[in-house]
Amino acid sequence: MDFEYLLQLILNGLFVGSFYGLVALGYSMVYGIIKLLNFAHGDIYMLGAFSGYTLLTIGAGVIGGQASIAVLVVIMLIAMVLTGTVGLILERVAYRPLRGAPRLSVLITAVGASFALEYGIAVSFGPNPRVYPVRLGNEAFTIFGARLTYAQLAMMLIAVALMIGLDQAVRRTRSGRAMRAISQDPKACLLMGINVDSVITRTFFIGSALAGAAGVMSGAYYGKIDFLMGFIIGLKAFTAAVIGGIGNLRGAVLGAIVLGLLESFGTAWLGSEWRDVFAFGFLILFLTVRPTGLLGERVTERV
Amino acid sequence: MSNVLEVRDLVVSYGKVEALRGLSLTVGDGETVSLLGNNGAGKSTTVGAISGVVRVTSGTITAFGKDVTNAKPWDLVEMGIIHVPEGRRIFSRLTVHENLQIGGYAVSDTSVINQRIKQVYSLLPRLAERRSQQGGTLSGGEQQMLAIGRAMVSGPKLLMLDEPSMGLAPLMVAQVMDVVRDIREQGTSVLLIEQNARSALRVATRGYVIDSGVVTIEAPAEQLRADPRVVEAYLGK
Repeated sequence: MDFEYLLQLILNGLFVGSFYGLVALGYSMVYGIIKLLNFAHGDIYMLGAFSGYTLLTIGAGVIGGQASIAVLVVIMLIAMVLTGTVGLILERVAYRPLRGAPRLSVLITAVGASFALEYGIAVSFGPNPRVYPVRLGNEAFTIFGARLTYAQLAMMLIAVALMIGLDQAVRRTRSGRAMRAISQDPKACLLMGINVDSVITRTFFIGSALAGAAGVMSGAYYGKIDFLMGFIIGLKAFTAAVIGGIGNLRGAVLGAIVLGLLESFGTAWLGSEWRDVFAFGFLILFLTVRPTGLLGERVTERV
Repeated sequence: MSNVLEVRDLVVSYGKVEALRGLSLTVGDGETVSLLGNNGAGKSTTVGAISGVVRVTSGTITAFGKDVTNAKPWDLVEMGIIHVPEGRRIFSRLTVHENLQIGGYAVSDTSVINQRIKQVYSLLPRLAERRSQQGGTLSGGEQQMLAIGRAMVSGPKLLMLDEPSMGLAPLMVAQVMDVVRDIREQGTSVLLIEQNARSALRVATRGYVIDSGVVTIEAPAEQLRADPRVVEAYLGK
């Protein structure tokens, strides 16, 4: 295997990994704070893609067919607010009433929420795939013989910026500290005067907004969206979160990069039809061999 | 003396079980009141109800002249009522300093928080030494100090301590009680829940003995120390 090919595989892996990372962060944040596997999270990503689609369709007359990265960033920010709001409503309506209920009930509710979002979109937009009103340009540059488009580079940079922003917010701000405290002991947080409900709401907003951002980027990059597009990526993000150690935010990003690279190399080795088999094979491997993931601490069941 | 806290005829039920059956107590301004009783007598339920994490079935809780029955815990913290829970419940994966910062969550002015953290460090120098260590690495006694220090950052007018001596060596218990005395001397009212009646009655000015969800004895601390019923049940011999 020559060096250029190797580098190309690494770049491809990092690119896909940055998508997975944005979605995995929301998964991991929500799990960290209320120990809920939010299976509707992938559908929030899908919703992000559809929000972007709608906004671009409405604005098409103004923008024209070829959108610049700057326009897309603005669209992305609006879509983030929209998906963040949906995430927040989802928590209020579907999850909060079940706080304190058995974990299985909440999990089933999450699966229900996922279907509701998917088929809600199927009803509103039709079951057939939609073509994104804009496509990102294909201009590329080469580094050491490997090819990367400017659009890919820009999207990776946006993803990295969002991830670093989140990491710093969680580490340094008052809200971030409260999130970490709630993930350890929500009841003690109540006694310390933290409005736990409002912090949980904020967590859902942020996680959903990040997934929405990934959705818009994916729509603009791959050009085609449909109401089930969140299903596989939701599972992939879950896999990434498990590989990194679920509940751990840096772990989620690390897991996403690892998963992206594994897929990239696995595809090169076995052929692209094996990609998902390969990825979920790793999920099973990690769940059996190292369920705490690469950076995760031992999960202790709270009584 | 005006009362910072008045509890009247408090009833709390968990399902069909009545944990409190018409309990009344008061804490005066600057007082240190001890709540004694055996396991299951209703001590923790009482503080839980006052701090808003246990639902009150009937009866009233008045703090600083305002009705706070079933108020939200965060509103109570903002009013100056803080509850150091049984078992300390510090955040073991946050640093000592972050734990203290969480204590100031309800305070909006960062400079006030930092000022109070500085005060906690000077009162409890062990915490200052370990400020960037994770809370979980501290010893039991240090964790209890951290739990009390964390509560102090909220700037309480009424500090409620649930079994602060639990699981601590006698020397550590004495140190914790010294800290409680220091806090009292700063003018903070204290409600001290203890099974360790001996040390509690040494710090307290007044005490209640509760049994099966009601107050059975109420008296000044020195009188309780001499009361044969208390001696027999809680002080031994």
